[in-house]
Amino acid sequence: MSTLTREGRATGDRRPRPQHEDQRRDRRRDDQVPDEGATPPGQGPDAGPLAEMGSPQRGRAVKDAVARVVMWGAFGVVMIPLVWILYTVVSRGVHLLLSSTWWTNNQRNINSGDVGGGARHAIEGTLMMAGITAVIAVPIGILTAVYLVEYGRGGLARAISFTVDILSGIPSIVAALFIYAVWVTTFGIERSGFAAALALVLLMIPVVVRSTESMLTLVPNELREAAYALGVPKWVTVVKVVLRTAFSGIVTGVLLGLARIMGETAPLLILAPYTKNFQRDLFSGNFPTLPMMINQDRGDIGLAAAAERMWGASLTLILLVLLLNLVGRIIARAGSVKT
Amino acid sequence: MSSVTGVPTVNDGEGPDGQRVPQADRASTGRLGDRLFGGAATASGVIVIAMVTLIATFLIIQAVPALMNNQENFLTSRVWSPGGEEPGFGILEFLWTTVAAATIAMLIAVPFGVAVALFLTQYAPAWMRGPAAALVDLLAAVPSIVYGLWGLITFAPFFKPFQGWLESTFGWFPLLAQTGITGGTILFIGIVLSIMVVPIVTALSREIFGQTPLAHKEGALALGATHWEMIRTTVLPFGRPGVISAAMLALGRALGETLAVTFLVSSLPNGAAWTWSLFNGGETFASKIANNAAEFSSPTRTGAYIAAGLVLFVLTFAVNSIARIVIERRKAFSE
Repeated sequence: MSTLTREGRATGDRRPRPQHEDQRRDRRRDDQVPDEGATPPGQGPDAGPLAEMGSPQRGRAVKDAVARVVMWGAFGVVMIPLVWILYTVVSRGVHLLLSSTWWTNNQRNINSGDVGGGARHAIEGTLMMAGITAVIAVPIGILTAVYLVEYGRGGLARAISFTVDILSGIPSIVAALFIYAVWVTTFGIERSGFAAALALVLLMIPVVVRSTESMLTLVPNELREAAYALGVPKWVTVVKVVLRTAFSGIVTGVLLGLARIMGETAPLLILAPYTKNFQRDLFSGNFPTLPMMINQDRGDIGLAAAAERMWGASLTLILLVLLLNLVGRIIARAGSVKT
Repeated sequence: MSSVTGVPTVNDGEGPDGQRVPQADRASTGRLGDRLFGGAATASGVIVIAMVTLIATFLIIQAVPALMNNQENFLTSRVWSPGGEEPGFGILEFLWTTVAAATIAMLIAVPFGVAVALFLTQYAPAWMRGPAAALVDLLAAVPSIVYGLWGLITFAPFFKPFQGWLESTFGWFPLLAQTGITGGTILFIGIVLSIMVVPIVTALSREIFGQTPLAHKEGALALGATHWEMIRTTVLPFGRPGVISAAMLALGRALGETLAVTFLVSSLPNGAAWTWSLFNGGETFASKIANNAAEFSSPTRTGAYIAAGLVLFVLTFAVNSIARIVIERRKAFSE
């Protein structure tokens, strides 16, 4: 912004405008609103006029300078812990990721204090769970967004929009308790990976709805009208024109939603107990996931091997999330909605 | 699909009396595909409503029997022994810890988050904006369990001396009174939570600050505003609804955060003396439920935890509803 200001003022100064200049100067004396105030003093080449002005001017300049310092300071302060976290995870976890067994083995027969084994079982489990969650959540989420943008008018649409807001604010542990109350207490089915995926569905739907909704509203109305004018039925218009135009944005939203739920641990804690073995059955038995692998060693944090494993699993999880984020952003950039 | 090839659909199903006139907004023609697709979209919306309704209903249904058996006052008691012949449980301690830690987190995270968002959109040099914003977005996506792990192993040793200094200097102040607990105190949990939610506040605020119309900003500068005055008079008012909703989302996260808190928390023994000190331990709703997930054996026991979850649900529901009302009202004023 400051470049713009400086340029604007520079051209204004250079251009000779005697008549206006007089008026302006008069007004300035009356209202105490200087044109030069646009740039904080000490920045432009002629900070002189401001310095000799009264204290109100200096007060404004000081406030501006203070604000600038505060913003830089806040950025610095916030970056310290965040960079610290990333550094800790990478520096303490990376050597496990480079070991030969990390990507191929599971943790079977490896006690908390033992070194070795891998995270293959947990990586597979996390990806499987994310997959099954997406299969359920994405259609519901996209169709709900289609309803809100293309069909919904009046009471029902407002009610849906409100409940989506509520759903996006529900803590993951409450979603997990709800599924527990239905799945285990009411129907008496055993805990499993699928039950945890159902809880994750509740958490993913609002993300998909909101991102899809904002993408659909970006689709220009002319496209819809052109389709209608050609006699295309509404549903074909939505599927082949609106959704196709917004496709990359929707994919990005889905990937970001996936990244969000992959790190959720509370539903897994309550609904899908951890196992150190490979487990490809979502419907019965314990289920390995990366967050639960981190949680598994919580009690043995004093043991070096356990702590290392926790950092390694954390780094793996962050890398998966980062990968999804990256792919999402690349897709978003490649095919953003063309207007 | 014949219509795609150009066969007119306007007269579809229209009787001689011309009853059906297609409207611009309701271009649905009543054919099978339209009815199916529109129906599916409506059904999905209804499913979403049904989910929230079911969550509330199931939690209430399963909490009520346990609450009927409760020998203690659910809202004001600090005892938690939901098992056995005479179950008694109250949530006062969880409520205090949850709200206190979340409040601390918000007091730190919102000012810092907004300041960093302003920095990234208004102050940062152009070469810095992209990478810094990407870094913040990445941190917003870091799973909360990692923050918990970092807090427990890396950050706690650095915080201990700071807490000692606070206790010895400001110990006379009830909120900072000495308790002898050094691990997961409320203040420590609040600070770790604030570190966790700052990227969320920043990411969402940055988005809305970046959308401030250029004409507003140029107008303010043309009227002689300093850079800060321009921000105060155009960027902040424009971004206020977005900041409020970002803060509320962050508050919801902080209230309901499970694993980061579970890693850090130091639970109190039953019957520990009450203190207002922020250096006290104590569980939050989420950590209490998570820590005891293995104990969901008898219906009463489970019901007690579900009742605690219900209170958490009500808490976040209230926060979200208030946020929505505030945003709607702001919108009405600004347009």
